[in-house]
Amino acid sequence: MAFWFRHLARGRGGAMFDDKALEELKEAAKRWEESLAPTLAKRPERKPSFVNTSGIPIERVYLPFHVADLDYERDLGFPGAYPFTRGVQATMYRGQLWTMRQYAGFGTAEESNRRYRYLLEHGQTGLSVAFDLPTQIGYDSDHPNAYGEVGKVGVAIDSIHDMRILFQGIPLDKVSTSMTINAPAAILLAMYMAVAQEQGVRGDQLNGTIQNDILKEYTSRGTYIFPPEPSMRIVTDIFAFCSKEVPNWNTISISGYHMREAGCTAVQEVAFTLANGIAYVEAGLKAGLDVDAFAPRLAFFFCCHLDFFEEIAKFRAARRLWARIMKERFKAKNPRSCMLRFHTQTAGCTLTAQQPKNNIIRVAYQAMAAVLGGTQSLHTNSMDEALALPTEEAVQIALRTQQILAYEFGVTETVDPLGGSFYVERLTNEIEERAMDYIRKIDEMGGSPRAIELGFIQKEIQEAAYAYQREVESGERVVVGVNRFQVQEPPFKAILRVDPAVRERQLQRLEKIKRERDSERVKRALEGLRKAAEGTENLMPHILEAVKSEATLGEICDVLREVFGEYQASVII
Amino acid sequence: MAASRRIRVLVAKPGLDGHDRGAKVLARALRDAGMEVIYTGIRQTPEQVVNAVIQEDVDVLCLSSLSGAHDYLFPRIMELLREKGVDDILVLGGGIIPEEDIPALKAAGIAEIFGPGSFTSDIIKFIEENVKDRSERRGEGER
Repeated sequence: MAFWFRHLARGRGGAMFDDKALEELKEAAKRWEESLAPTLAKRPERKPSFVNTSGIPIERVYLPFHVADLDYERDLGFPGAYPFTRGVQATMYRGQLWTMRQYAGFGTAEESNRRYRYLLEHGQTGLSVAFDLPTQIGYDSDHPNAYGEVGKVGVAIDSIHDMRILFQGIPLDKVSTSMTINAPAAILLAMYMAVAQEQGVRGDQLNGTIQNDILKEYTSRGTYIFPPEPSMRIVTDIFAFCSKEVPNWNTISISGYHMREAGCTAVQEVAFTLANGIAYVEAGLKAGLDVDAFAPRLAFFFCCHLDFFEEIAKFRAARRLWARIMKERFKAKNPRSCMLRFHTQTAGCTLTAQQPKNNIIRVAYQAMAAVLGGTQSLHTNSMDEALALPTEEAVQIALRTQQILAYEFGVTETVDPLGGSFYVERLTNEIEERAMDYIRKIDEMGGSPRAIELGFIQKEIQEAAYAYQREVESGERVVVGVNRFQVQEPPFKAILRVDPAVRERQLQRLEKIKRERDSERVKRALEGLRKAAEGTENLMPHILEAVKSEATLGEICDVLREVFGEYQASVII
Repeated sequence: MAASRRIRVLVAKPGLDGHDRGAKVLARALRDAGMEVIYTGIRQTPEQVVNAVIQEDVDVLCLSSLSGAHDYLFPRIMELLREKGVDDILVLGGGIIPEEDIPALKAAGIAEIFGPGSFTSDIIKFIEENVKDRSERRGEGER
């Protein structure tokens, strides 16, 4: 498109295109559209209209005038520089590949430790810990509500003892560890720090992330414990503590993933995630923190769904929008505060139980979109996850999918290879605008905590999920193997089962700890924590002392439950 | 099923798992199909589910679990229902449920399992064809 370059220097202001040339092109495009009429009459297009999941209409072809307002320096800029549309690092994957990080964990700490070592031996570059639901909800394995759930969707952690086993033989100064833990994030982080200390590793040598994103628990993921207000206080206590004690730790991973999995669209994913991000920044400021002291440690987590270009544009739009919010709204001065660094997981909800091997292909394309969108780390789902926990073989294929993409496909050789595509740039603009419209609406409601309280975000997610299901059932949206190209197939046999004896083993270990620990020290630590919770002192040092005293996760959470109360969700359908 | 009475359904999420996209989509679809639907919300104990069945006097119970705890939770709920003398409602299961678990769940009294990729229209059809008429269930006339 010589046209573009010829007129580059003559565009108005910083615009990339010359007005007169654009007018001429519009005329030419009109003539071209008219010339198509006979062909279209004879052979209509496959659908009367083309629209992506966000409801953005898709043009037949994208031309320079679709991005006429684009100002290169203002809207795209250079990689590693504001507004980071093209990527947060200057050299992106030419410098360093993304972190290959498979979310894993099940059964006991011993079994999960074996899986982590297996993954590291196979070239995985970061760990990602899945905890079982009792751990995520702050119950010890012997709690009555934990029955049937111990060790099922992740590893059971009751005390520092389990944490020690989980990371046995893994040098914590050499790996980065992501922990999917929210309501009790402070406790698991404290256990991790204590284990690192035992290994002789300092806080400033630790790299990793805690999810710690409580707001999306209320809208989509469900592992909340406390009401929003004390929960936000725990979050900001973590921000303040970590900025001094574990300065390289990502103190939160503000997550759109679960809202997307619950059914929202790409635009809503960006909007609701960044709206939550805004709420965390505001909470940090209200707690008296300087924006540049904690904002550089905020990380994000997105889903990579099916619509290839919509997803790529989504990542770019999210980066640009966050940069603008941080600079314009929060007056951040440190460029790192404006960088939206993110982890991606391929969309679990797009996996099919029918013909599960097809999922390998879905995951591979989604992984490519995540990489073209500039992700910092990636989890690729295993083909069998619509059926059960992934087997070792399925996990290996998923990891190999990333390695093949990283080393064989050339997508890593230049930064933001799709930058400048009329389609991708236009979609990036539209997603940013539509997400901003939502954020304005949420602001008018009083911010995302209030919008959640009103059920607005939940309702939006549910509406989108229902619409999607109807499209699948009507056949309007094709799902290969589900509503088209079905086959009769034998049951999928090779699935992973969690040993039902896990609970017994956890119970025995719990009992042993409670018998052997210094119960006076435990009591003192828990009392100290209670006082801090009742007052305004930072909770983290007290939680750290409690985990070192071998107080259990459930005991620590019980103290906080007594002080803070428990969240009661209102049911919205 | 007499056409004059609406089928009452409880959609329930026993266990600790928070994944309720499927439960909510189903609840909505059943409602759009003319049924009366109550959704428990997430994180219900088996006892809470059974109490809701009795209090809401439902014809159908739809259980959803994606955490792998179905092998304990679903049979436990069936056991509690029997203990309370509720043996005439239609119970369905859904979620991430390995095929090899299905025979045991059916033996426990779950009429059918609808896994990922199921159509709500098939579930609606199954309910309409299999729900017991209330008058027949209770040995009494239309209420």
